[in-house]
Amino acid sequence: MAFEYAPAPESRSVVDIAPSYGLFIDGEFREASDGKVFKTVSPSTEEVLSEVAQASAEDVDAAVKAARKAFEKWSALPGSERAKYLFRIARIIQERSRELAVLETLDNGKPIKETRDADLPLVAAHFFYYAGWADKLGHAGFGANPKPLGVAGQVIPWNFPLLMLAWKIAPALAAGNTVVLKPAETTPLSALFFADICRQAGLPKGVVNILTGDGTAGAALVAHDGIDKVAFTGSTAVGKAIARTVAGTDKRLSLELGGKGANIVFDDAPIDQAVEGIVNGIFFNQGQVCCAGSRLLVQESIQDELLDALKRRMSTLRVGDPLDKNTDVGAINSAEQLARITALADSGEAEGAERWAPACELPDAGYWFAPTIFTNVTQAHRIAREEIFGPVLSVLSFRTPAEAVAKANNSQYGLSAGIWTEKGSRMLAVADKLRAGVIWANTFNKFDPTSPFGGYKESGFGREGGRHGLEAYLDV
Amino acid sequence: MSDRLSVFKTYKLFVGGKFPRSESGRVYEVTDSKGKWLANAPLSSRKDARDAVVAARKAFGGWSGATAYNRGQILYRVAEMLEGRREQFVAEVADAEGLSKSKAAAQVDAAIDRWVWYAGWTDKIAQIAGGTNPVAGPFFNVSSPEPTGVVAVLAPQESSLLGLVSVIAPAIAAGNTVVVVTSERSPLPALSLGEVLATSDVPGGVVNVLSGKTAEIAAPLAAHQDVNAIDLAGADAELAKALEVAAADNLKRVLRPQPVDWAADPGTERLMAFLETKTVWHPTGSLGAGGSSY
Repeated sequence: MAFEYAPAPESRSVVDIAPSYGLFIDGEFREASDGKVFKTVSPSTEEVLSEVAQASAEDVDAAVKAARKAFEKWSALPGSERAKYLFRIARIIQERSRELAVLETLDNGKPIKETRDADLPLVAAHFFYYAGWADKLGHAGFGANPKPLGVAGQVIPWNFPLLMLAWKIAPALAAGNTVVLKPAETTPLSALFFADICRQAGLPKGVVNILTGDGTAGAALVAHDGIDKVAFTGSTAVGKAIARTVAGTDKRLSLELGGKGANIVFDDAPIDQAVEGIVNGIFFNQGQVCCAGSRLLVQESIQDELLDALKRRMSTLRVGDPLDKNTDVGAINSAEQLARITALADSGEAEGAERWAPACELPDAGYWFAPTIFTNVTQAHRIAREEIFGPVLSVLSFRTPAEAVAKANNSQYGLSAGIWTEKGSRMLAVADKLRAGVIWANTFNKFDPTSPFGGYKESGFGREGGRHGLEAYLDV
Repeated sequence: MSDRLSVFKTYKLFVGGKFPRSESGRVYEVTDSKGKWLANAPLSSRKDARDAVVAARKAFGGWSGATAYNRGQILYRVAEMLEGRREQFVAEVADAEGLSKSKAAAQVDAAIDRWVWYAGWTDKIAQIAGGTNPVAGPFFNVSSPEPTGVVAVLAPQESSLLGLVSVIAPAIAAGNTVVVVTSERSPLPALSLGEVLATSDVPGGVVNVLSGKTAEIAAPLAAHQDVNAIDLAGADAELAKALEVAAADNLKRVLRPQPVDWAADPGTERLMAFLETKTVWHPTGSLGAGGSSY
């Protein structure tokens, strides 16, 4: 039976979005040097939320100079003082958590349930965690007195805008670097609100600079001679281009790129829990997650039972208004991303896989894609090889653990994987053989500031989170 | 006493545990620092490079899956074998680098000691680079370092043995397999090291040694889709940049060239350079209301 829910919208009044925003350089908001702007829209309604500045090469230069100037004093501060700034930021994020959650949901399209219960708590926790490192760097295993790198140029994606900002800025600042960060073109607002949080925290000017803009601004930033470090989260194609850009320079590089995570379900797995894990793995954040469990590998003997249970569960997912507290699946972030997902899903059908989606009504305005699974998928299909970055699950089967491992590892990527089995020794044996940076056993999509995150192979290099995450921002 | 005519050695490559000539049939003259002919060394081709990668890949599963204790014992065995051939290497290094016998001996001794240093590291890396993480939830969470895979190594050009050992040993101590391109001008100690490795219980393919023109062999290695990382120690700035660009095609981990005093304490940089961190989560569950509270 289907439950009817009354609408339960979260109030928008908690957030006040200005009609326009400038670039945040050297502690001040300013217009782009050439006055260019672009609009940011709410993907669930296509409503224009605000107009933001498009950073030019000149603006990139100004931001890098501001960060360079600030570096001298910031890096010379006692770690305990840097720590206190970061603790302040963590606290202000906690205070303004609901406002930022609503803002993020508006600009990104993801459900308020996720921004409120996952993104924002993790953002605050990340700053809190790295704040504590700032005066303990000598204990991190990188020498007695490790030095910061200098100015970090950071480019982040649109899927977890504020969380990715936190993953970049918190360890960089704790280690004594200053930063120039470019948020994604389609989700600039939370980074601009973060600039205001830096102001409230009294952070010295120039320590954090935020440049909004498209890919050209990001390209200008990573190519700038004045930066010492590039950190990028995004597509593997752009990651490779960045790696070529920094080749032959002294710039350090860390990359967190795409994935095609295998979620492996053995015949002894607790089916109901596995189904929850599969749903979480591929429909969390509309599947727009680099570590999504986008390939389901199910042991042949339980395939029918598992797929029946999965389809039943998918039929109860509520797709719609992201601000509604009951919504499970929100909007796709942009028309462009929706087109990519649509094209790849269509290729799945064209190549012979079988498509299934629950009956669900999608809103008229905005960018939407129903939760979808494909069966009869082979390893050669594009939907089994390419990152779809959407709510689309490709189902493959296996007979033996060795076959599961071989199929899971048959990918250019190596970011995440899931294992569902009640047998401890099998879980450990499979985890040992998987070539992936994060492995969730009998769980999926868990994140924590203390836990290193990052990929093998073409999913990138370097780790974010934990003690390991400091290495990317220290001269070691 | 009549002069005995000595037996020359044919220097060969070391690939997959065997000693092939270059498939190209090419050799080049190797001379000492004064220009005196020492030997003809194989001039490896791109095909040799690809064959070496295949051998290294084939060896990776076994080597990375061996226990750290076992890898440590094998690395220590390399030191033992090298010690036994000390005089041979002193002569080869002296010729190769134009050193006095005592200075060459210091290089060889340091190279032997370097194997000992890394032999002792194999079963400590995970304790230094990994550990459990106190996540805020009911989960057991552990991070462990794992070898990156097949590493292409351009050995230092000037330090024909100590520099070579200093770049190979840490990579294989961590569980990687390597394809090493020897010093272009002074390949003989490296080719002889292949003979030491072959008698040290190092499984075939774990270390593959190629001599020849660094730039010629390095290009296909840097572009190879089944090579996971590249150590550019032996590349000049221009070559290093070109190789780093090529390496981006499959996002190889790149260790850029930098000034290194090979005689100095090596630290852990190279040991940690070709590691991946794997983090595993598992729910811890709950004993429920009846669980012990001590």
